[in-house]
Amino acid sequence: MDTARLLPLVVAVPLLGAAVLVATGRRLPRLVSDIVGCAFAAATAALALLVLFRAGHPGPGTYPVEWVGGWRRVGIVLVGDPLGAGLAALVSLLVVTVLVYSWRYFEEPPRRHTGSFPALILVFQAGMCGFALTGDLFNAFVFFELMGVVAYALTGFRVEEPKPLQGALAFGVVNSLGGYATLLGITLLYARTGELGFAQIGRRLDADGPDGLVLAAFVLVTTGLLVKAAAVPFHFWLPDAHAVAPTPVCMLLSGVMVELGVYGVARVYWTVFSGPGGLSHPDVTRALLVLGVLTTLLGAAMCWRQRHLKRLLAFSTVAHTGLFLIGVAVLTPEGISGTALYVLGHAGVKAALFACVGVLLDRYATVDEHELFARARELPEVGVLFAVGGLALSGLPPFASGLGKAAAEEAAGHTAGWLPALYVLVSAVTGGAVLRAGLRIFAGVGRRPGKEEGGPETTGEEEPETGGRLGRIPVPLLAVPAALLAASLALGVIPAVASAVGRAGALFTDTGGYRRTVLDGHAAAAPAHLPPHWQLTGILLGLLSAALAIALATLAVRRPVHTGAAALFAPVRRLQSGHIGDYVAWLVAGAALLTVLTVPGIR
Amino acid sequence: MTVLPYPVAGWIFLIGVYGLVTSRNLIHAVGCLAVTQSSTYVLLLAVGYRDGGTAPVFADAPTDSRVVDPVVQALALTDIVVGATVTALLLALVVQLRKRHGTVDPDALSELKG
Repeated sequence: MDTARLLPLVVAVPLLGAAVLVATGRRLPRLVSDIVGCAFAAATAALALLVLFRAGHPGPGTYPVEWVGGWRRVGIVLVGDPLGAGLAALVSLLVVTVLVYSWRYFEEPPRRHTGSFPALILVFQAGMCGFALTGDLFNAFVFFELMGVVAYALTGFRVEEPKPLQGALAFGVVNSLGGYATLLGITLLYARTGELGFAQIGRRLDADGPDGLVLAAFVLVTTGLLVKAAAVPFHFWLPDAHAVAPTPVCMLLSGVMVELGVYGVARVYWTVFSGPGGLSHPDVTRALLVLGVLTTLLGAAMCWRQRHLKRLLAFSTVAHTGLFLIGVAVLTPEGISGTALYVLGHAGVKAALFACVGVLLDRYATVDEHELFARARELPEVGVLFAVGGLALSGLPPFASGLGKAAAEEAAGHTAGWLPALYVLVSAVTGGAVLRAGLRIFAGVGRRPGKEEGGPETTGEEEPETGGRLGRIPVPLLAVPAALLAASLALGVIPAVASAVGRAGALFTDTGGYRRTVLDGHAAAAPAHLPPHWQLTGILLGLLSAALAIALATLAVRRPVHTGAAALFAPVRRLQSGHIGDYVAWLVAGAALLTVLTVPGIR
Repeated sequence: MTVLPYPVAGWIFLIGVYGLVTSRNLIHAVGCLAVTQSSTYVLLLAVGYRDGGTAPVFADAPTDSRVVDPVVQALALTDIVVGATVTALLLALVVQLRKRHGTVDPDALSELKG
């Protein structure tokens, strides 16, 4: 079968599965609806992997492009370039693990609702796969909103409690507003070019010179995508949503959804705005670099100061998104491929860490680092997984997160010499925060932390998500994080993965090749590129950041923070006010900042 | 065709954002979000407008008659569907919040901070 014909199925199969579950979920027992959900998710994963293997084989050859229904003018176009297909495969595989993880996870739902959770997850999967595969700006907006709406619903899934509702509302309002900004930008581009496809808009723009309208469109489109990517100052929704969402949902939000925002920024820039009719490379590099550096520093600082484990991991996601943005900002194939590998590794590691926190939540009904002190000594397996996750997060070789970090920092170092130091610092702080929590919770090292003065904070008293508190840990709750960490390790070690990612990055940044492939059906050969590979400096820097993480964690548990340091962070923490109006105001400020940073783009 | 619809669209977006920032009631806030979205309808329809154009329905008009751009109308329809979904879901969350929390004032929701 023609590979291109498989592309619509990657989006349609999970939607079909969701429809089946909604239609029959009232009559099915829990076990059957879980199996149906898993089967549809796994079938989608198989399809996405098939597309990836056919599109990703080395050597010249075109990647699949499907015009659904044969309407080429304003039709629905899906493009299976290796990076997009790879993301769709990552999404689908993570969805399968999440469904396996939640097998024993949620308390028995009311009898007539058994299908609702797997159905929502399947719609979420369809939205994310569609966003990764689409070659059309307006369809990207529709998939963006689809995954957004499902994510709000999943965040507030436990409607009996006030906190998830509050987090879901902030998430929904801020993300939808960002989505509408994107739509305004898309409309401006349509007004200028009369086209909606990435490739078509790009070609038309290059026929004329850039001007204020193109700049406004870029700022508006990028604002919405950066909201999804949780870049500072658009990030405020993320910790609130992640802290309250059910653990399996957190695994998806942090593991892939936020990264899809970064992917969207990169995709739109390279296909639409990178030509002579768009924005110049130095301007975009400056804008994304400033936002990326702000994001990663703020995320790392806030991550270190958390005691609510899910918020800690959420801020670590903010910090890593900043690093991903920096990798995209350098605008080289190496930056893209390094970041792509980093995203792959990070997805496995972060999902595994959330899975471990889920076990703690269900056994002890809290995710508070201080309350859990030394209580989880009885769970050495979870402790080992948590510690390995913390080390992998800090970029320890040979995990894929380590190789991706090494390749991305190498690429970033060519743009500015101090950027690798930032990668090392941020990885060390976020990994160190996880290790610190692990040392306290699973080993009971150091003194019991007391009450700290230092501005507002969220403690970790939560309701368990299983029927009662867990006694024995069910197998899937341990097997899933172990498998995710093993996958992250394997992706870093297998050389074929790195070379495939390198080729994907080169094809991704080849604007002319993309347009010729989509519009003219020409075969695209990957331009010259350097795939991510282990180098001595990368290994040493990875070992350095892992060692720094261990040192930071040990210091932190031995000597609790001085009030001075806590007071230093208090103003930053006060910004995270939990107030929707504040978050919206920050969104507008962020859009203004983005405009100021890119305004010299009008030549 | 005047340029008036373009500043109007910008104004509607900004007035909705202003309402969101200063809102003291979550139902009002969701309404403001719907207001910001209506700016996208205005912009879409303004972009597709042709002077002297009629509705792009050829059942009772000659096929060479001057019509407004049908693409933006399809986009606006999709946009309305998206907006209805978002508004309905957010309002449902607010209703549930009122039941569990006893308030719809965003200033009173202070469990998540720092």
